[in-house]
Amino acid sequence: MTDRIEQRINSLNKRLNSEKRFRIYCIGAMSFALAWVLILFLNIFSSGYSAFYRTVIQVDVPFLNLIEDTTQFTEMSSEDINNLSMYSFSKKAIYGLFPDIEEKKDKKMLIRLFSIEFEQEIREFLKSNKSNINETETIYLTASDDVDQVNKGNYPRDLDEDKRRIKDIQLLFFDDLVDRGLVSYEFNLPFLMRGDSREPELAGVGGSIVGSLFTILVVLILSFPIGIFAAIYLEEFAPKNRVTDFIEININNLAAVPSIVFGLLGLGIILNTFGLPRSTPLVGGIVLSLMTLPTIIIATRASLRAVPPSIREGALAVGATKMQAVMHHVVPVAMPGALTGTIIGLAQALGETAPLLLIGMVAFVVDVPQTPLDASASLPVQVYLWSESAERGYVEKTSATIMMLLGFLILMNLAAVLIRRKFETKW
Amino acid sequence: MKSIKIKADNLNVYYGEKQALFDVSMYMEEKQVTALIGPSGCGKSTFIRCLNRMNDVIDICKVQGKIEIDGNDIYAPDMQVEQLRERVGMVFQKPNPFPKSIFENVAYGPRIHGIAEHKSDLEEIVVNSLKKAALFDEVKDRLNDAGTGLSGGQQQRLCIARAISVNPDIILMDEPCSALDPIATARIEELMGELKTEYTIIIVTHSMQQAARVSSRTGFFHLGKLVEVDKTETIFSNPSDQRTQDYITGRFG
Ligand SMILES: Nc1ncnc2c1ncn2[C@@H]1O[C@H](COP(=O)(O)OP(=O)(O)OP(=O)(O)O)[C@@H](O)[C@H]1O
Ligand SMILES: [Mg+2]
Repeated sequence: MTDRIEQRINSLNKRLNSEKRFRIYCIGAMSFALAWVLILFLNIFSSGYSAFYRTVIQVDVPFLNLIEDTTQFTEMSSEDINNLSMYSFSKKAIYGLFPDIEEKKDKKMLIRLFSIEFEQEIREFLKSNKSNINETETIYLTASDDVDQVNKGNYPRDLDEDKRRIKDIQLLFFDDLVDRGLVSYEFNLPFLMRGDSREPELAGVGGSIVGSLFTILVVLILSFPIGIFAAIYLEEFAPKNRVTDFIEININNLAAVPSIVFGLLGLGIILNTFGLPRSTPLVGGIVLSLMTLPTIIIATRASLRAVPPSIREGALAVGATKMQAVMHHVVPVAMPGALTGTIIGLAQALGETAPLLLIGMVAFVVDVPQTPLDASASLPVQVYLWSESAERGYVEKTSATIMMLLGFLILMNLAAVLIRRKFETKW
Repeated sequence: MKSIKIKADNLNVYYGEKQALFDVSMYMEEKQVTALIGPSGCGKSTFIRCLNRMNDVIDICKVQGKIEIDGNDIYAPDMQVEQLRERVGMVFQKPNPFPKSIFENVAYGPRIHGIAEHKSDLEEIVVNSLKKAALFDEVKDRLNDAGTGLSGGQQQRLCIARAISVNPDIILMDEPCSALDPIATARIEELMGELKTEYTIIIVTHSMQQAARVSSRTGFFHLGKLVEVDKTETIFSNPSDQRTQDYITGRFG
């Protein structure tokens, strides 16, 4: 008798131990996965955060040299200001930082501390402050990428001069400017507002953010209604026969098709046959809709199926038509699930790159697109483009773009969770 | 002799290849409670679901034979099911309120049929239906709460109110008390006693006591056949078929 009890206890201990081991394995697996996510985030964050601020250099611009009386600017229209010839005036303003320099070569080097759009920046300043321009105004001009990177400590200063893009004399100028307190950081708003550029310090994600948003909008407008109606039809109305079985199988197949295939389809049919404009969010959205549709259909069907049949019968039994039963009772209950599926599909589409490369959304686009019919980049494609560029400025911008992309994805997933929480039917 | 409300004639029902009802013929009297009893799987639900054509929903279900309500063939091609179901309400075995407010649950039927012209009419219908279902006093302060938040017995009475709301002639009840405790069951039985003054009621039940308490006529089903149908006292005191005798004395089923 005691033997048997002892045996039981032994076997129980064994089972408890094996459970303990199992738990340790599980925790191990989870920690491993979490560690990788953490490493990924840290890596991206540490190389990307510096793109969100930029180096600017204070320059005193003597506007009196441009005009006898600065109050005259007030009367000028933007066009008048655009017609002012300001190039040598702007250069002289910069030379003013080091009045002693005589050599033409050194002057050129000084100018190269600044981004090539310095004239434009001074002009913009003038335009937006034209009614109260003093004789001399202090303007913060964008530093060139090399200076920006040196200032951020991303650039090795101790290399041989001929292996460096930034020259010794420029470093001398720069250090002197730092000593005089003229070099500072400011929030990199242009990075968020502008389109791509050949100059790393001027390149922004604004164009690709807008491009991505337009693309996602097209995907949403196309695939949400089509997906929901297809799912409702298949789940609630379609007869169960060979044809619908065939459709069902192929929707599942569609969900598994590699995305690049959709890109080929877009290239072949949407661009070449229908002749829609290439590189545009419209075409990108159509192609990505093909990818998103199966996700939405499958998610919506699953949530329709999860609605208890007794609800449909309850509605039918008071004399509702089938459509009323579905629309009044089944669809509202299934909606949170359908929306969650849609958002997840949209998030996938947002991160998709391959099909966009094929339909030409990989083009170099400087302008921020105004409509879905303008050529544009998108966030993942921007990452791809910049990751191939040699200049250091693009390295941090690549990571920063990934941060934006991840940020959008996290926001969308959050939205999915919130929608689910808020609208889910409680039984 | 009461007038006959429903008449089934040689009803055969198939689920695909499988036959679930064999030559069922019976009638049900107006403003009476008719009980259907029999062992599990004998076809009671199948029969009752033929009366409001709820079986139409099941693709593989085929119905042969004739069912007349007030002398009209409900399976005639020109019969509109929605209209039929407005006249023949149904309460299901498991309470199935809509996941909406108590008010909406009851208001839904009248609304889709356009019965209430004004909001006040609708409110009146809802209140009356809830009162008839003996639920009003319990929920009058929370008509906007979810119907699914009620207790099982309250949910079932809500479903009864929902069935009454479109003012049917007939109410079909498929084991309405199977999920309920004895107190809730007693309330619903009491309710049936009141409802039968206005409505013709068909109830499927597994409880022989319940059949005996509430019904005036009882039909006994066995293996898809209607073995016997008669006055409830006769069925329980002096059945003519041996199988009925065995069932009511608890020898099988
Ligand atoms: N949807 C269906 N598809 C196929 N067969 C069905 C379906 N519904 C019922 N049946 C079959 O028809 C027969 C009668 O079923 P029914 O539901 O009418 O029995 P019941 O008398 O209501 O039983 P219970 O008392 O358990 O509810 C059973 O053999 C059952 O397997
Ligand atoms: Mg049943």
